Amino acid sequence: MECLKAEGVDVVFGYPGGANLPTYDAFVDAGIQHVLVRHEAGGGHAAEGYAKASGKVGVVFATSGPGATNIVTPLTDAMMDSVPLVAFTGQVRTDLLGTDGFQEADTFGITMPIVKHSFMIQHPAEIPRAVHEAFHIARTGRPGPVLVDMPVDLTRAEIDYQPVGDVRLPGYQPTTEGNSKQIRLAAKALANARRPVVYAGGGVINSDAAEELREFATSDRLPVTCTLMGLGAFPAPHPQWLGMLGMHGTRTSNYAMDEADLILAVGARFDDRVTGKLSEFAPRAKFIHIDIDPAEISKNVPAHIPIVGDAKNVLTRLTNEYRALGPDPARLAAWWERIDGWQAQHPLRYEDTTDNEIKPQFLVEALYEATGGDVTLSSDVGQHQMWAAQYFQFAKPRRWINSGGLGTMGFGLPAAMGAAVGNPEVPSVLLTGDGSFQMNVQELATCKEYDIPVKAVIMNNGYLGMVRQWQELFWDGRYSHVDMGGWPDWVKLAEAYGATGVRLTDKTTLVKDLQDAIAKPGPVVVDVRVTREENTYPMIPAGAAAREMVG
Amino acid sequence: MGEPGTKEPLTLEELEATTAVRTGRKHILSILVENKPGVLTRIAGLFARRGFNIDTLAVGPTDDEAFSRITLTLDGAMHPIDQVTKQLHKLVNVIKIRDLEPDETVARELALFKITADGGARGEVMQIVEIFRGKIIDVTRRSVIVEVTGTWEKIEAFERMVRPFGLVEMARTGEIAISRGRSET
Repeated sequence: MECLKAEGVDVVFGYPGGANLPTYDAFVDAGIQHVLVRHEAGGGHAAEGYAKASGKVGVVFATSGPGATNIVTPLTDAMMDSVPLVAFTGQVRTDLLGTDGFQEADTFGITMPIVKHSFMIQHPAEIPRAVHEAFHIARTGRPGPVLVDMPVDLTRAEIDYQPVGDVRLPGYQPTTEGNSKQIRLAAKALANARRPVVYAGGGVINSDAAEELREFATSDRLPVTCTLMGLGAFPAPHPQWLGMLGMHGTRTSNYAMDEADLILAVGARFDDRVTGKLSEFAPRAKFIHIDIDPAEISKNVPAHIPIVGDAKNVLTRLTNEYRALGPDPARLAAWWERIDGWQAQHPLRYEDTTDNEIKPQFLVEALYEATGGDVTLSSDVGQHQMWAAQYFQFAKPRRWINSGGLGTMGFGLPAAMGAAVGNPEVPSVLLTGDGSFQMNVQELATCKEYDIPVKAVIMNNGYLGMVRQWQELFWDGRYSHVDMGGWPDWVKLAEAYGATGVRLTDKTTLVKDLQDAIAKPGPVVVDVRVTREENTYPMIPAGAAAREMVG
Repeated sequence: MGEPGTKEPLTLEELEATTAVRTGRKHILSILVENKPGVLTRIAGLFARRGFNIDTLAVGPTDDEAFSRITLTLDGAMHPIDQVTKQLHKLVNVIKIRDLEPDETVARELALFKITADGGARGEVMQIVEIFRGKIIDVTRRSVIVEVTGTWEKIEAFERMVRPFGLVEMARTGEIAISRGRSET
């Protein structure tokens, strides 16, 4: 506990069990707030939401065996999306290790591929150093999850707490300072580019470099697009903002990437959902790639100017170098003409209903209007997530919390709960689907118990919408197990958990109704019935090129 | 081209990709790791997960008990070696990786061969063993066990030579290697 306090931990999420009883005993008078979740997966995702919203390290506790296996999904999620997380798992007594003891699982082995690093405690005296190093590894470099597995007998030992000030990790020295020569070369290339695009990812948010990105991009008229994870890294709406790129990105963003002569990638990893068909991705472009993780550079797309370093550090220096060159903004005039043409010709659009039926896109727009965008918006995974990314405007970093890499349904509610705890100043709103919400709905009880005022808006189409869409488009409309039926009754379910439940079906009053619902105290569940079979467009079909966008 | 920091113009065509190259040759990676639980599993897991094939792998202590050395060989035609080393570097317990230059490296492997050698064949087998500077370390009426050390290529050559006599079984350590000269690997 002293170790945790020394790391600045004030809130943790967790679930007790036999193998972490000594640790839980210490919580009784530790002076650290512990949120008892209803499922360890909820605890892991809550810690992620907390970390993403606050920028601090999220902490989750689970017991051995099933407790530990239940956090496998959140750990993988945190690994994919570079979320700083420290997980403490209980383990059976050392004399029972390897004997298939009760609630024994090889947590260390199971989690090895899905953590940035892990520690298996072998002696009580190792605990303070392991805790300190776990936090150090989780928060520095490319952030990620770190696991500390602690056999129960070793956590019972009384040890004198000695603060650990240093880390002894000779194999772990992330490069944060970008190479000056490379930065100068990048500035020069940018100043000479005629069709540049800035492509920013979640790394900009992790590095708290949104302000530096804005500063850089606006030091000239450089067009900016963000990945799903990068939304909020550039203040949307903005004249230089092209919208999200990738599979469900805007046509403008994808066409701009397609025709660009120089792409500046910052804290982004050329994921397949961004590049589409790799061989036809941005065929005319040279690439500057800034990333704190050297292994990301030239992994999928060969970089012409690789810069290993922290986005904040590199962008600041890049801006200075770029300004010093005094690039001529007029060289970008023809490029902007082209971009403006796409913007005018292909804005995000959908065919609205003429009756009172609520289109899902309309719901997102209404939610944006009802909140003024000044909320932390979490989402689950599926169509609603993509519509949120398209139609909600994210002006600030750490205000958009979703599961991008792993695409974890059930992420939303606990993450929104963690976000509410991590940044209580800003209202925490969840936009979820009727499929995803059921995957961790038990956390409504946690929200109620701790008075965590998450406002959950369910985009309810009674389908696993994204899967249905793919079956419609690519599997001849043969729907296989995507109809969720009409259950549960969300209003009653919310009430069963002591939350407020509201059902909205009236399009004309939707904005006002949403405002009223969100204004209600405590956790609220808003069931909004939307058009059942609506597709998320535009779309680059999987494995296709940007040019082949449909819808 | 327009050097950074100068006013010379730079055309984007001049920029060349630092692409992940496939060298097409065998690589020997000498990896210094912390002697901690799970290190070998982490490395083996990384290779499996990223689809890198290890040709040979040898693990042993170093002069410092806090560290072990892992020597592994892999085919540079199949994998971009820089991506392999970058991924390995992400493992916290990995201290140092050297992609050993073939010309500046001494590499050896130990192999044991059990060969059918009765009657007239025995003499011939013994001759081959002699040529390869091997040692016969066990002998029965119908077979011999031979110890051979050398480069991977030499072991392969020996195997080809004795296989026609009847190779009962074979065990190989995988190459270990160290750089030439005074400096540390």
